[in-house]
Amino acid sequence: QEAQTRPSRCPDNSAFKQQKLPAWKPQLSLASVLSIFFVIGAACLAVGICLIVSANSVREIEINYSDTCSDCSTLRENSSNWNKECYCSADFILKEDMLGDVFMYYGLQNFYQNHRRYVISRSDVQLLGRDVNVENSYCTPFTTYENGTPMAPCGAIANSIFNDTIDLFYNVNSSVIQVPLLKTGNSWWTDKNVKFRNPVAQNLSSAFAGTARPPYWQKPVYMLDEEDERNNGYINDELIIWMRVSAFSTFRNLYRRVSRTGQFADGLPAGNYTFYISYNFPVSKFKGKKYVILSTVVWSGGSNPFLGIAYTVCGTAATLTGFVITAIHLKLRKEKTYFQK
Amino acid sequence: LQIFAFLALMCLILAIGNGIWEYDKGYYFQVYLPWAEGVTSAPYSAFLMFWSYVIILNTVVPISLYVSVEIIRLGNSFYIDWDRKMYYPVNDTPAQARTTTLNEELGQIKYIFSDKTGTLTQNIMCFNKCSINGKSYGDVCDLAGQRIEINENTEKVDFSYNQLADPKFVFYDHSLVEAVKLNDDATHRFFRLLSLCHTVMPEEKEEGNLVYQAQSPDEGALVTAARNFGFVFRARTPETITVVEMGETKTYKLLAILDFNNVRKRMSVIVRSPEGDLTLYCKGADTILYELLHSSCDSLKEETTEHLNEFAGEGLRTLVVAYKNLDEKYFQDWIRRHHVASTALEGREDKLSELYEEIEKDLMVGSPFPAKLLGATAIEDKLQDGVPQTIETLAKASIKIWVLTGDKQETAVNIGYSCNLLNDDMTDVFIIEGSTSDDVLNELRNARKKMKPESFLDTDEINIQFAKSSNKAKLLPDEQANGVYGLVINGHSLAYALEGNLELELVRTACMCKVVICCRVTPLQKAQVVELVKKYKKAVTLAIGDGANDVSMIKTAHIGVGISGQEGMQAVLSSDFSFAQFRYLQRLLLVHGRWSYIRMCKFLKYFFYKNFAFTLVHFWYGFFSGFSAQTVYDEWFITLYNLVYTSLPVLGMSLFDQDVDDRWSMLFPQLYVPGQQNLYFNKIVFVSCMLHGIYSSLILFFIPYGAMYNTMRSDGKAIADYQSFALMAQTCLLIVVSVQIGLDTAYWTVVNQFFIWGSLSVYFAITFTMYSDGMYLILTASFPFVGTARNTLSQPNVWLAIFLSIILCVLPVVGYRFLKTQLKPTPSDKVLLKIKEAKKRPPPPSPKRRLRRTSTRRSGYAFSHQHGFGALIMSGRNMRPKSPFATTGTFSPNSDKYKHKGL
Repeated sequence: QEAQTRPSRCPDNSAFKQQKLPAWKPQLSLASVLSIFFVIGAACLAVGICLIVSANSVREIEINYSDTCSDCSTLRENSSNWNKECYCSADFILKEDMLGDVFMYYGLQNFYQNHRRYVISRSDVQLLGRDVNVENSYCTPFTTYENGTPMAPCGAIANSIFNDTIDLFYNVNSSVIQVPLLKTGNSWWTDKNVKFRNPVAQNLSSAFAGTARPPYWQKPVYMLDEEDERNNGYINDELIIWMRVSAFSTFRNLYRRVSRTGQFADGLPAGNYTFYISYNFPVSKFKGKKYVILSTVVWSGGSNPFLGIAYTVCGTAATLTGFVITAIHLKLRKEKTYFQK
Repeated sequence: LQIFAFLALMCLILAIGNGIWEYDKGYYFQVYLPWAEGVTSAPYSAFLMFWSYVIILNTVVPISLYVSVEIIRLGNSFYIDWDRKMYYPVNDTPAQARTTTLNEELGQIKYIFSDKTGTLTQNIMCFNKCSINGKSYGDVCDLAGQRIEINENTEKVDFSYNQLADPKFVFYDHSLVEAVKLNDDATHRFFRLLSLCHTVMPEEKEEGNLVYQAQSPDEGALVTAARNFGFVFRARTPETITVVEMGETKTYKLLAILDFNNVRKRMSVIVRSPEGDLTLYCKGADTILYELLHSSCDSLKEETTEHLNEFAGEGLRTLVVAYKNLDEKYFQDWIRRHHVASTALEGREDKLSELYEEIEKDLMVGSPFPAKLLGATAIEDKLQDGVPQTIETLAKASIKIWVLTGDKQETAVNIGYSCNLLNDDMTDVFIIEGSTSDDVLNELRNARKKMKPESFLDTDEINIQFAKSSNKAKLLPDEQANGVYGLVINGHSLAYALEGNLELELVRTACMCKVVICCRVTPLQKAQVVELVKKYKKAVTLAIGDGANDVSMIKTAHIGVGISGQEGMQAVLSSDFSFAQFRYLQRLLLVHGRWSYIRMCKFLKYFFYKNFAFTLVHFWYGFFSGFSAQTVYDEWFITLYNLVYTSLPVLGMSLFDQDVDDRWSMLFPQLYVPGQQNLYFNKIVFVSCMLHGIYSSLILFFIPYGAMYNTMRSDGKAIADYQSFALMAQTCLLIVVSVQIGLDTAYWTVVNQFFIWGSLSVYFAITFTMYSDGMYLILTASFPFVGTARNTLSQPNVWLAIFLSIILCVLPVVGYRFLKTQLKPTPSDKVLLKIKEAKKRPPPPSPKRRLRRTSTRRSGYAFSHQHGFGALIMSGRNMRPKSPFATTGTFSPNSDKYKHKGL
């Protein structure tokens, strides 16, 4: 009874306080290690082979047109020629049909879209169509003109938008057919509908009143696509895609999709094709390269075999390690029994 | 510190890279991205970038490391407080961690400095055995005459026939009581002697409740024993001693006390019994007393010697008792001479001891009253419970134990044997007792020569090392002796040994021994010894003690442990940990210390790994982003990574992990050794976890890079945008570190499961929330990653890349760890394997048997260390009058009482 009246300083006998919580104590046993290695090895091999097979089924054409159009390249090196037009064409032969959806990309090399100052040089609030003082954003030095007119959209990213126009022509029986290309639906739904919005106004040009185009642009933002209201201003697909900066200095962005109509309902048939390019975007000054790419896709994406090869190598390595471990274990056991004798 | 050098190096590389890049590419890229304001040249930009990278990469050593370390320490301290197995119910004392910062050092102790009294021993003496007239009492035998172990169930002797018995006294052998009751003459004489021959002061506060004030606990124990067997020492005046003998009060006239001193090693009293007989009762060390005995008791001497050896073998403190009847005439003569001698002005001491010697000796050939041997007593200096086992366990954990005591050498050595510090298996026990500096040096050198002859060669590493720079204090490496040795050093010699030039010799010699006992040391010396070891050895030291004289030692050692016992609270107050019993030390070190250490090491290893893996991805990305200090991950991820996503699982691991449970770590003290050598976290381990982190970060960067390079999503849209890459890299990283902690965790409790899975789900929940439309519309500038989670994590190749990085990061670790234990098992791996095998069998019963020592050495005699109080008692000066009016002892209430009782 005394013990009840006087609180004992004896610690509680709980599993937590006595460090006796029930626990699962996994240990690396031979069986588990070997099964891990063999199962993972087999799985990796299977996945790797699937990936390689599917990546191989992708048809892809890549043309470096900054080399092909070297005349235009040298013209653009001098910035005083900015208003001179330069056209250039690139022929290629499609030996096999490209079946299914065909996508057209432009690729850039050595273009450091991932540079920190480049990445932050934008104003998301402005692109959301809100009235904002871009002076407070990270858009410098592409914020305002000397007379105080703000740029719309501001920042280095928007200013440097890829502004070549590429058309694709199908040469069949000495006649030239323009391949119909879709310029919308190429961006993420969230970007198009959430992240980018035009300022609310009666019409677009009044919405952007009081702003000016960025210095490298040839036309203001509300004239990016005058044919389609849903693709003009900030919600222009080309702008949206460009504004989604790439993680690396070599990248490709979706430019157009082949519209599967008429002759091209199944994709691109084999034959001679020509890219007809209006060359505006200078790259040669910083040793950049420009590509135009036609590609189909599969479930695993494009024709990059990296994942497939990596999985195969990894699977092989895991399986081999499994065998090595088995061998070592057998040898050790033999030694043990030998010593016991 | 190295980590900061590493950080600076990384930043420097990136800054140089930036300089080159700006010069080579950035300059031309200014068309699209002009240099920032004020930046005019590539080197300047590189300089700025250096600092940018310092900011980005400083997550290798995040603040949360320190916070987490503190939390873990605190948690482990609470475990110590909460441990029921370190709770002492007798005085309701739980163990207490008074500092929270030293837990992991408990797992690295190499030297224990222990006090003796109150720490190893209870400072309680109890009468354990005796030999009377050639018969040994004290062991309990069963019917077949076989000795049985004394345990709690053994029936105790019932002393109820004696109303004055001390209820705390415990004795098991019934035959002795029988002998007393049968009026056996020798037995009666034996106890009469014990009740008369001493300098104890009685105190009877109320009728029948006697309290003895003994100068030494040994004496108290003997008198108490006599009291219980029916010879109650009741009261004392300067001239008389009142004893209640088997219920019958007798008053003896005390004629002389021949007091104890260190040379005589015995004391005697001369009393006149009520019947008028003159008797000299003597007790003392066997060696001394045997010299004095008359040859007529030689056969008895042999038997007694046999018993004495047996007692000594059990670590008991023995005394031999003898008596002698005196001739009246001779005594009168003697007392006269005694008086003359005691009033002599010169050489009083010598003369007195000569006289003492004379009367105690059986000098007179043919004397009608030869000195007769009565028997021997054996007193147990009660060790605290479980001390020998604890010391044995700690010794197995290769912890070196130094006992620092104020006691005499004999007592200290005796205790050393009885608590298993010293034993006969030792190759040798050196005793250093030189009284000059040179003697001490020689003794130390000789000892070392014997232990390790090669340590005197010029080729010996340490000699070379010290020849080079002699005056600088250096850390000594451990030296291995060619056997198990003990060292006993006297306080006197220690004073010399602690002087400057001998220090080194002392440390080298003493540290080769398994056990060191320093006796007669002052509190200051205790601290000096600890300081010495701290100075020359790279080892964690622990000091344990209970009294105020241990405070300095406790404060000096890395870790101080206070025994919260009888001797007040000073030791506890200055200690880092405290508990009630010495035996809890093994649990504190082997269980709590070891766990804390392992947990802390695992924590540090994992923490550095995860932050290296996290941070170095930025480093690799620098090479691809023009060294522009662009981060790989979302800013929110960087903020939350250490704070939310990875903090709890690692805390869970380092609070709950145990590789083996407490029982096994006590059964296999060898598991403690890696901690002493700091094998689980040192530079090599740190570098290896750094390399592991670098490897992981390479995988974490290049797998997503390869997977995104020049490819597209399955719906044809571009995949390689920065935000998708960031999301992919951070998801990979988080899953990889979560799996890694799963691998590191050896003990999966519910909490661990909850933390790990919880953190992962919290990551996805937070990510989807932050990347949602609503958050973007509310705080546009803060959450630019809108929609990334939905769009990217729906892609099969993103997930394939994530799985691939997990496999590549984790599988090699699994393989490496498994092969390491198979091919190059560390000693502790072997122990763990043994445990694993043993677990399949039912656990063996923990050894409860009390250790039987077979030592044949003679233990010390049970006497107080100082000169006795005999003279004081005889003078009556200490008989303090309790009444303010009385000035002399005769008027004191005490003496009045005697008169009532039949003076």
